[in-house]
Amino acid sequence: MISHLRSLWLVFKHMFHKRETVQYPEEKPYLPPRWRGRIVLTRDPDGMERCVACYLCAAACPVDCISLQATEDENGRRYPEFFRINFSRCIFCGYCEDACPTYAIQLIPDFEMAEYDRQNLVYEKEHLLISGQGKYHGYNFYRVAGVDAGVKPKGGGEKESEPVDVRKLLP
Amino acid sequence: MATIYIDNVPYEVKDGENLLQACLSVGKNLTYFCWHPALHSVGACRQCAVIRYRDENDTRGRIVMACMEPVADQARISIDAPEAKKFRAQNIESLMINHPHDCPVCDEGGECHLQDMTVMSGHNYRRYRFKKRTHLNQYLGPFLHHEMNRCIQCYRCVRFYNDYAEGKDFGVFAAHDDVYFGRYEPGVLENEFSGNLVEVCPTGVFTDKTLRKRYTRKWDLTNAPSICHQCGLGCNIIASERYGSLRRILNRYNGDVNGYFICDRGRFGYEYVNSQRRIQHALKQEPAGQWQGLKKDTAIREIRNRIRAAKRVIGIGSPRASLESNFLLRELAGAEHFYAGVSEKESRLIKEVLHILRHSGVRTPSLKETETYDAIFVIGEDVTNTAPRLALSLRQAAKNQPKEKAKALKIADWNDAAIREVIQGQKGPLFIAAPYATRLDDAALATHQAHPDEIARLAFAVAHHVDAAAADAELPEKAKAFARQVADALVAAKKPLIVAGTSLYSPSLIHAAANVAMALKKAGKEAGLTYTVPEVNSMGLMMMTDQYLEQAFEQVYSGQADMVIVVENDLYRRLPADQVDEFFRKAGTVVVLDSIAHRTGEHAHFVLPAGTFAESSGTVVNNEGRAQRFFQVYQPRNDIQSTWKWLQAFVEKEQLAAANLDDVIQQLTMAYPELEGVREAAPGAQFRVGTQKIPREPHRYSGRTAMLAHINVSEPKPPEDPDSPLSFTMEGYVGTPPAPLTPFFWSPGWNSVQAVNRYQQEVGGMLRGGNPGRRLIEANGSSLQYFTDIPAAFHPDNFHWNIVPAYHIFGSDELSALSEPLQERIPALYLALSPADAQALQLQPGQQAELNVSGQTLRLPVVIRPDLPGGYVLVPKGWEATAGWLFPVQSSLKPMQV
Repeated sequence: MISHLRSLWLVFKHMFHKRETVQYPEEKPYLPPRWRGRIVLTRDPDGMERCVACYLCAAACPVDCISLQATEDENGRRYPEFFRINFSRCIFCGYCEDACPTYAIQLIPDFEMAEYDRQNLVYEKEHLLISGQGKYHGYNFYRVAGVDAGVKPKGGGEKESEPVDVRKLLP
Repeated sequence: MATIYIDNVPYEVKDGENLLQACLSVGKNLTYFCWHPALHSVGACRQCAVIRYRDENDTRGRIVMACMEPVADQARISIDAPEAKKFRAQNIESLMINHPHDCPVCDEGGECHLQDMTVMSGHNYRRYRFKKRTHLNQYLGPFLHHEMNRCIQCYRCVRFYNDYAEGKDFGVFAAHDDVYFGRYEPGVLENEFSGNLVEVCPTGVFTDKTLRKRYTRKWDLTNAPSICHQCGLGCNIIASERYGSLRRILNRYNGDVNGYFICDRGRFGYEYVNSQRRIQHALKQEPAGQWQGLKKDTAIREIRNRIRAAKRVIGIGSPRASLESNFLLRELAGAEHFYAGVSEKESRLIKEVLHILRHSGVRTPSLKETETYDAIFVIGEDVTNTAPRLALSLRQAAKNQPKEKAKALKIADWNDAAIREVIQGQKGPLFIAAPYATRLDDAALATHQAHPDEIARLAFAVAHHVDAAAADAELPEKAKAFARQVADALVAAKKPLIVAGTSLYSPSLIHAAANVAMALKKAGKEAGLTYTVPEVNSMGLMMMTDQYLEQAFEQVYSGQADMVIVVENDLYRRLPADQVDEFFRKAGTVVVLDSIAHRTGEHAHFVLPAGTFAESSGTVVNNEGRAQRFFQVYQPRNDIQSTWKWLQAFVEKEQLAAANLDDVIQQLTMAYPELEGVREAAPGAQFRVGTQKIPREPHRYSGRTAMLAHINVSEPKPPEDPDSPLSFTMEGYVGTPPAPLTPFFWSPGWNSVQAVNRYQQEVGGMLRGGNPGRRLIEANGSSLQYFTDIPAAFHPDNFHWNIVPAYHIFGSDELSALSEPLQERIPALYLALSPADAQALQLQPGQQAELNVSGQTLRLPVVIRPDLPGGYVLVPKGWEATAGWLFPVQSSLKPMQV
């Protein structure tokens, strides 16, 4: 009997506590910038695709939900011919972002991806690619790489000397 | 055997090796760059440093390069001593100073020896703050991509290209850290083995251009152990697929056959598998000229009805189809109505080769054994273009005699730089008699160019010099001197090797070669005899039937047969077009099974899509009589399947209709006891490691749940393989599978092709569990007499010019010639003649000459070749216009009338 009355009292008391329930979706929760949500592909400061199709994200993915095919443009710049993420399999672990050597693939604070049809959770490159640089600014892989992919000539990088003239006789 | 102590643990190792080899053979991880099991040691990179102690009381020891230090009994070394580790880490740090930040866009990434070694040595952070040296790249042709920034100056490329393959157009330029590896000026790398630089280079300086345009990492490829189908040698390859297209071919080490290297035709000639000309679905042509697609079941039903209604069905097999496919066709048509799909001339030649291999008592060496012979006589064969990989082996064999000098000086065989210093470019006894100067001539001591008949006469004369009991032929003065020189050199050698082949379509040439080999054997030499054959399964096919194409035609002409099934064969490449046209006019119902659309297919009523080597499994027999299994790489998403699987649908015998590959082989060996060894060519489909199949995909294969998600988000069941113990997935046994079932080489810490070290019993030796393939023919008991069919001396005839076939590595082979990357390297059809003949005929280079071969007029641009002795002309073999010619052909020859 006493325990019943005590329970009633406790429930009654809670009516005056501050409410923890958030009125989602009218009221959006705060998500920190490093929150691991929907995956995007970003662009470098020059507005070109950052992804160089190195396949490291696909290799790191524990559920193997990333699939892509590398190809090259006329300058020899590598980019993905297609880039597909099957979000119905994705576990938002962020390993792909960790593995990415060019900051191309990034997880952003957006989780509102629910679909009635599972097929709609298959995202292609055009759904993934955004027009900005995402969380990491100022990095362009081809400026620091050794290859000439139309971004800088051989030896044009910050820490590169001019190409060697193999026919010079100087020591 | 010797006992060495590595970090105080005793190991049994082979005497005469170097310490690096010994360490790797016992499974130790030791870093290296410049050493290569086939190129041996030069001690250039300083990466395999170990500490060597004087005795067990020595605690300090001294740092030595393992690759330059011979194995000695009771030697004590340490790999793990802190000084040695530090030395290796510092060394790699300096090698990496200029290495660019390229891995994500580098094709070597993930299978890079430099990556593996860097991780192994523990170097992980670039401390050097100054600028990186850069280089400009060169265009090196359609096969190789050059990215010189990545070079770590190990010199392997020049050592392979210049020293091993003896290429002339590659080299090293500049000095100190500016050293540059490339050509004098950008251009196509000419050597036929340039593709091996992809595997020889420890990093990404040379990468496969054919893979580059749709690049895939090693871990994402579905691989299968396969056999190269582009010539008769049967080199072992790894074929790899991704997203339904074949992506690349790598060498698959086989200690008996190709070892570490394959030719460029084999490596880059695979693209026909992805060609637009592939037949994808069953087709029906009725009425003539109207094609319609058929469903698989409908096609089978309709063809089955035709077979039932037919009076007699004949089957035309093919030397490029597997034993199993040919066998099922034979079962379908009946043994007496199964015909080898080659001309009478070719079939008789190969029969003759088989006869000699079986009964001459002279050993036919494997490709690898070829490298142990010390004197070679090549008779009539342009080896580099007819059986390319053999040329590379012959080049190594030619160095054996000069190497004796180094042996006398007690220089170990792995001490490459020292041996070269002793040899000083001296040539060994390699002699070549061919109708024209061949690409191997630069390695030869002496060469001789003459008409095939004259070459046969020359070879008969050589045999006579060796053993007077052999028939002799009268020779012109120059040839006489050459014959004597060759005979003397062969007799002086310990292991002389005779190389001949079917390429000139001369039976007397084959007999002459046998005569020389038998005479040498009689003289007590350990002689060898190698014949090259035109196609991948030429030998296997001729072991199954005596009947040839002309007999099949006869069956149709006489009205006895009213249905023809042609398997993987373009008859227009076998006989002159007018004969084949006539045949098809009378042939009744024609069913063609092939992978590629060709002229024969145009005459078919039904065309069924057959698999190439990539989509089918089977067994082929190479020129030495070695049966080797190749496995399907991937399951295509259309009706393409192995030819023998298609034929199963029409066979009435129950044991065959629902059989898997093993059952077919079982039936095959029952029909042909000589082919018994085919069963042992690879483990059967029931084979398991424990309970596991062997995965075709590496365990890090990616994208499984996304690669087909655009079609349907629900993943399909992976395809099953009832014909082999290999699975089409990444699940299964991770470890070293039996050698014939090795789909790729990988071992923890060894992601590059150098992981093959871990699959060998000892480095550079046999694969664990024995090398794949079974020899079906062994030389035993000589029951052959000397041949006496010496051809008459050749006399030029200015009205009937003799046309001799010229071979080209790129172009002469039917299927590889369809590959896109090869197009740039395939020469346009030409007519070559000697300067004197050109002058007599008033032909200028580039001018069109008119030929008339079996009623067909052909205009070809003239090329003048000073190496030709005159009296005959050359025309490339295998081009569409010349493929059906029955060489040697004769023709009138005149400048084109304007």
